[in-house]
Order: sequence, then structure tokens, then C-alpha cells
Amino acid sequence: MKFLRLVGSNLKRKKIRTLLTLSSILVAFVLFGYLAAIRQALSQGVDVAGADRLVVRHKVSIIQFLPESYEADMERIEGVAEATHATWFGGIYQEPQNFFPQFPVKPEEYLAMYPEFLLPEDQKQAWLKSRTGAVVGRTTADRFEWKVGDKIPIQATIWTRSGGQRTWEFDLVGIYDGAEAGTDTTQFLFRHDYFDEARDMARGQIGWYYVRVEDPDKAAGVAAAIDNEFANSPAETKAETEGAFVQGFADQIGNIGAIIQAIVGAVFFTILLVAGNTMAQSVRERTGELAVLKAVGFTDAHVLGLVLTEAVTIAALGGFAGLGLSWFMISAGDPTGGLLPIFFLPRQDIVIGIVLVVVLGLLTGLLPALQAGRLRIADALRRL
Amino acid sequence: MSRQAALDQVEATSSVSSETLVRVEGCTKHFRRGSEEIRVLEKLDLEVPKGEFLALMGPSGSGKSTLLNLMGGLDRPTTGSITVAGERIDQLSRPKLAAWRARHVGFVFQFYNLLPVLNAERNIELPLLLTHLSRAERKKHVETALEIVGLSHRQKHYPGTLSGGEQQRVGIARGIVTDPTLLLADEPTGDLDRKTGDEILDLLQALNRDHGKTIIMVTHDPHAAARSTRTLYVNEGRLRAEPVE
Repeated sequence: MKFLRLVGSNLKRKKIRTLLTLSSILVAFVLFGYLAAIRQALSQGVDVAGADRLVVRHKVSIIQFLPESYEADMERIEGVAEATHATWFGGIYQEPQNFFPQFPVKPEEYLAMYPEFLLPEDQKQAWLKSRTGAVVGRTTADRFEWKVGDKIPIQATIWTRSGGQRTWEFDLVGIYDGAEAGTDTTQFLFRHDYFDEARDMARGQIGWYYVRVEDPDKAAGVAAAIDNEFANSPAETKAETEGAFVQGFADQIGNIGAIIQAIVGAVFFTILLVAGNTMAQSVRERTGELAVLKAVGFTDAHVLGLVLTEAVTIAALGGFAGLGLSWFMISAGDPTGGLLPIFFLPRQDIVIGIVLVVVLGLLTGLLPALQAGRLRIADALRRL
Repeated sequence: MSRQAALDQVEATSSVSSETLVRVEGCTKHFRRGSEEIRVLEKLDLEVPKGEFLALMGPSGSGKSTLLNLMGGLDRPTTGSITVAGERIDQLSRPKLAAWRARHVGFVFQFYNLLPVLNAERNIELPLLLTHLSRAERKKHVETALEIVGLSHRQKHYPGTLSGGEQQRVGIARGIVTDPTLLLADEPTGDLDRKTGDEILDLLQALNRDHGKTIIMVTHDPHAAARSTRTLYVNEGRLRAEPVE
């Protein structure tokens, strides 16, 4: 503790240089936090996907429909606990940029399939009673300042109503919250029976199925059984775990993890050079002072420790401030206005960030610290 | 003059105490600069009794600062031995030598070598950080040292706001704050005007006379050397009792 004051005094020696170094580290960690949230968002919650849930889509493409009758067939397959379905609605609320996902679903089955969607019981009952009723996640409700009781008009881009009418009007009867940080709270859900009756095409067809398996360890076997069940039919299926399904979407953009790792790696390598050079310069300027410290009795280890502590302190101040700032900015929500529905800083990335702070500090301080530790007092004093 | 004759003369002029505090025996120090070997000290012997105020004089490059560094454990001899207060410091490992310096030696430098980011009391406190003293005890030691050098009223001042003489007083306070066995001063008045230099020499004399500190001072200045109890001359790596014309 008594040496920390010495470290603190050294940090105040050249305030502008320290501030600039801190700022560069801070920016790097803001970037790290933001990229981690974007990676999480683009992988659409692969990590939070249910291990016991399968997604069953048309074998050719997800835009091909499946018969609604498959649900009963699937529920008869051994290992299937329950099944339900959803369909992409793709409507527009006021402006095309006001994007959020909308799905016609079977309320009770869907909520049972997604217990992480927390909807108050009275709102659930209201939804079951109202054919034009809809529920929405908290993020989207907050975004458009919707409240229960509002009428929400959605312009169809795919699903026109009978007679060619494009406007679908829903009564907002509930707002759900997420049980976890990664739960998608942007969805707008309305009743499939109302949708199926009112649409002017593809009645009896749905987009994809969700299937809950009894034993997650046997999910692969159940998926194969489902695909076998519908093999050689007009609508063959492709069943996979929800995680694999989500990953497949992410992979359409590219290997996001590798891209982000490359960016973060380049940023941190640059920061390592910048901070390391600053630290080395700072130690070079203080050669005489370090020699004096040694002359009065500081050991090589003391001096090495002081320089390392200084480097780690700079990294910690900049790094933790950067992580904190990125967390604060990310907490403000999806910066794209709906394209990244799951937007948060995952806990594991916070831990990685903390480890990076310490590693950055140690690496930037290591060489100057070793140099300072090995400093020969008489030589250094002679150079003064 | 032979080595023995020089030693005899050295002993003849020392009159402070019969107890030897510093004993340098057959000490040689060579440096290597590229392929060239520079012989700074050659088989040098010296005894410094406890309580003495010894001045080492000599031209630039004569080896006097090197000798001071060896006696202070800042450097090691190429050959020979150095014993301070009964301990062979040339045989100590680097960590042990550092600990020894913290306990037994105080240094005063020509250019004060204070840390500009620390105020006077924090600079003086530096050697005490290596002890087990509590914060309050350290503060008390610092106050005593400041009182001895007459700078109690400047304890919160940073080196940049102190005059050269005041900075050197802080340097001396840092040198004595641990109550060391030996105080080594390398050109302590070299950066000061005559009047301020005299004040510093008064202080060193008082430390020697009133506090019994053994002081070894390197200086170019005969006026400064005159304040010591004994003066020796280093020339071409050898110690002499008289200056070489």
C-alpha cells in the first residue's frame, strides 16, 4: 500500500501523456465491448438457444412453407414432448425502418415452448380471449412507447388480407419481459387462428416448427426421426437444434467470431505497441530516479514491481473505464433500431475483458520493468 | 609513494576512533569499453574509522566516485574486499546488498537526485518505505530529519519550488533519515554557490560532530575538503595522502 502512493505520483508526472495513453486503452476496450455485443447479436443468441428445442423447416429453404398438419404428426414421434409453429409476417409499422420481428403463433403453445418469455397471467388470459390480440416484448414496446390497450396497425408486405387489404390492426393485450439478458424481447406475437382465417393465401401452411424434445441428449436422433417421417413427401423437412439453426443464420454473414477476433486482435496489438512504447519511454526518462531508488535500498524486485504496477494501473484505469463505458452504452439498447434484437454484453466477454486488462498491463510493463530491474546503479548515476 | 607508505600516512592523519568502520583491501576496479579495458582503481587499501569525516579529492576520472560507490555497495570491485561494520559487502548478493544499503548507508548526490513528483517529506520518506515502520513512525522520523537539516517549514514543498541549497538539505535529510552507519556524499556542494555550499558543509560537519555520523565526501573543492577531519587524494586509481602536483 505504501508503494502505491509512489506509483500514483508517477502517473501524475506527465498528466497529458498518461491521459492520452488511458484514452487509447479506453477506446480499445469500448470497441472490445461493443464488438462482443455485436458478435452476440449477430449470432442471434446461439448461446442462449434452448438445448431441448429443435427448429424444423422446409428442406429447401425457410421461405418454403410446411403444412400445419405436420404438428400432430411430429407430436406422435418418439422423443417429442411438444411442437408448435410460427410464420414470418414481415409487416411494417409506420415506416420501413421501424423493423421488428412479427410472428403469428398459437399463444399457449408458443409461451409453453418459450418459458423465458415472461407474460403476466392476466395478459395471457386476455390474449386467449381476443382473436385480434397481440403481445410484444418490452424492448419493442419501449421503443414505440406502446402500452396495453393500444391499437397497433401493421402494413403487410407478404400477407395481404382477404380482399387485398394490407392493413392488419391488432389490440395490444400484453407486454412480455425476458427471463435472461439474452432473451429476445423485440418480438411481436399475434394469434395464428386470426391470421390463418384472414390471410388471402397459403391457408393451412406455416413457416417453421419448434419442437421440444424429451431428452436433449437424444435431440439429434429425434431430428433424424422427424426428417425421416416427412421424407419423400411434397414438403420434406430439415430438423436441427435451435442453436444450430441460429448458427446457420449467423454463418450466412460469414464467420463473425473470426472477423471480430481479427479486428479486436489488431486493435489490441496496436494498443500494446502504443502503451508499451509509452511505458518504455517513461521508464527511460526516469533512469536516474530508479537508480536513486536502488541506491537507497530498493531491490531489483521492488523496482520491477513498481514499474509493472504502474503499467497494470494504467491498463486497469483505461480498460475498466472502457469496459464500463461500453456496458453503459450497450445497456442503452440496440443502436441499429431493431436489426440487433439481442444486444447485450455477455458475462463471459466481461471476464475476458478483465483478463485482457491485466494481460495488457503486464505485457506493456514487462520489458521496461525488466530493464528497470536490471539497471546498474553506478552506470545509471554516471549518466546523470 | 609506495602503497604501504600511503597507508601509513593515511593512518597517521586519522585521529577520530580506533574502531575501523570501513576497510578496503587490495581493491581493483576495471571497466570494459568495447575491447578496451579501463583500470579505474588499482590495488587500493583504505581504512575509515568510525566517526570520521573523510574527504576524497582528485581530478576528474581519478576514480574517487568509483571508490565511493564501492564503499556504498552501489558497485562491486573487480578484485579485493570491502568490509563495512564487519560485513563483507563485496560478497553479498544483489538483494542482500540492496537491503544492506537500506540499513547502513545514506547517499547525498551532487545534483540532489530528488524525485520531482514527490514533495520534500515524501522524498525523505523513501528509504523508510523499505522498513517495517508504521506510517506514524515514518512521519516522526521524517520530521526529525527535517528538523536536523532546518527545513521543517518546507516539508510540503516539491523540489521544483525549492532552492538548490534547500534541495540538497532534503537530499541530506533523505540520507540520514534511517540513521545509517555511513553517510556518503558525492560532490555535495558541486552544484551550489559558495555561501549555500558553506551552509551544507556546516550541516555535514554538525552531523559528524554532534551526531557522530561517519561521512565520506568526494569533492573537487579544497575549501570543502578543509571541513573534513582527514583528506585523501585519489590519482590514477591509487590513494595518496598528498595531492599529486
